[in-house]
Amino acid sequence: MGTDKMSWISQIMPSKIRTEGGNRRSVPEGVWSKCTNCNAVLYSAELERNQHVCPKCGEHRRLDARQRIDCFLDEQQRVEIGADVAPLDPLKFKDSKRYKDRLAQAQKDSGENDALVVMQGRLFDMPVVVCAFNFNFMGGSMGSVVGEKFVRGVNAALSNGAPVICFAASGGARMQEGLLSLMQMSKTSAALARLAERGIPYISVLTNPTMGGVAASLAMLGDVNIAEPKALIGFAGPRVIEQTVRQKLPEGFQTSEFLLHHGAVDMIVDRRDLREQVHRILSILTQQPALSTSQAAHS
Amino acid sequence: MNLDYLDFEQPIAELQQKIEELRHVATGSEVNLSEEIGRLESKSRSLTEDIFGKLTSWQVAQVARHPRRPYTLDYIEAIFTDFTELHGDRAFRDDPAIVGGLARLDGRAVMVIGQQKGRDTKDKLHRNFGMPKPEGYRKALRLMKLAERFRVPIITFIDTPGAYPGIGAEERNQSEAIARNLFELARLRTPVISVVIGEGGSGGALAIGVADHLAMLQYSIYSVISPEGCASILYRSAEKAAEAADAMGVTSSRIYELGLIDEIIPEPLGGAHRDPQATANNIRSRLLSNLERLSQVSGNKLVEARYDRLMRHGRFKE
Repeated sequence: MGTDKMSWISQIMPSKIRTEGGNRRSVPEGVWSKCTNCNAVLYSAELERNQHVCPKCGEHRRLDARQRIDCFLDEQQRVEIGADVAPLDPLKFKDSKRYKDRLAQAQKDSGENDALVVMQGRLFDMPVVVCAFNFNFMGGSMGSVVGEKFVRGVNAALSNGAPVICFAASGGARMQEGLLSLMQMSKTSAALARLAERGIPYISVLTNPTMGGVAASLAMLGDVNIAEPKALIGFAGPRVIEQTVRQKLPEGFQTSEFLLHHGAVDMIVDRRDLREQVHRILSILTQQPALSTSQAAHS
Repeated sequence: MNLDYLDFEQPIAELQQKIEELRHVATGSEVNLSEEIGRLESKSRSLTEDIFGKLTSWQVAQVARHPRRPYTLDYIEAIFTDFTELHGDRAFRDDPAIVGGLARLDGRAVMVIGQQKGRDTKDKLHRNFGMPKPEGYRKALRLMKLAERFRVPIITFIDTPGAYPGIGAEERNQSEAIARNLFELARLRTPVISVVIGEGGSGGALAIGVADHLAMLQYSIYSVISPEGCASILYRSAEKAAEAADAMGVTSSRIYELGLIDEIIPEPLGGAHRDPQATANNIRSRLLSNLERLSQVSGNKLVEARYDRLMRHGRFKE
């Protein structure tokens, strides 16, 4: 707590009754929440209207796949692709927990089959296909289901000429499916190569975090790569790099801003501007008219 | 302790030492020890067969990383003629962790590319332990595109712990370098044959391994993350690497069962380093027959078939 708004409270309250940090749950869950960056107490409904961007400091909070799609697509004419594709446990993988159990838990917690949701829909009436990662499902890791659903999304785009937009949020390939997960990198990249040959645009939006095998395949292959502000994006994790090179990593290493500076992404776009910005790019690439001001105002 | 032999091979090492000692004695004396030596040699062979007949995944990983194991340049030397190394990505630097160049295989034109590890300390550092940086992958891509232009088939040798996790590598976009290779390899109109000869370390291996024919040497490994990396994340201790190796199924036989490789190329008893020439001969004959087969296929058909292969990868239900 060091914000200006709180400082007068700290001055008049004896230190014993002040609660430091966020361990005490005096606020009923769901109605209010606290910004993890600036600690501002936020009204949940307002936060949702603001696409889960903190109105005080601009922190982009994590969205799950459905929230992401809700923020991005027009409300009408949505059709989900590959909703029934579900994971198996081909290796009978077990570490401290069985993969089967981890999957069951993640499915129960998220209500999703796996870490990717694919939706055909419209963006200001333009037909598009959206692939959105669910970081809350096993760290958004890519196994057989994520790869397959992504490819089905690309196939849908191929059959109706719709651009593809992917929102990545992933720790990388899913270890529990072993080499099958690695092969999803080449599978998804091959599908994107086909999309490119057909002249259909692909926009990759990299959100916090996009790492490992997902960064090193579908997420870095956008015709235009867009990052959300302050996302962590990279191939190797910062801890692994620090252990390898045995030196301190530079300030801001692997953030969106670092990637923009080094030329890895085309732009950093505030989530609240994404719909219009992506439409602007796609309408130019596909030689369609720009949005009218009244359409844009409705966004 | 003999460093030529791995921990679990020490019983073999002891027998071999006895055999050496007897040979030494035999040269200087009248006593005929050949019968005894012969007996010990056959014992050593059956002991080796026994040990190698039931290697754990972790033991296979150790053979795959054996300091004497032949590396890419050793196989290039043993298998090809007229090897002409080509350097650099034309943008930043030459990466010694990936070698590549034109060569002939039984007279046929080929492009050979592979990760290269170092043998002694100085060489290891020079080769960055076989861990390529973005410029390495971009060099590989340049050579692949060059090969495609003249419809020269591509042969890649995979042997890397993984792509290099460093500051400069991230600054130059390691992710994009790997992703771009996967993207371009998927539509390359010339045959690609890949052989995992040692360690197939994750995306850093795959970036030169999207192929029309993918083979693994018997005691090589191929994995989505190193056993140590998996252990430190999922088991919270790098010491559990043996368990992780087994759980992930990193050996050629497990990966063959999953249908992700086309064949396993056999190694001599005790591993490739016990007889590099024999191993090279095995690789060579498999390269030749697959090259023969793939050379007959048109560019379009190749790309079509490669695409179908890639799309089949995955296990799910619906």
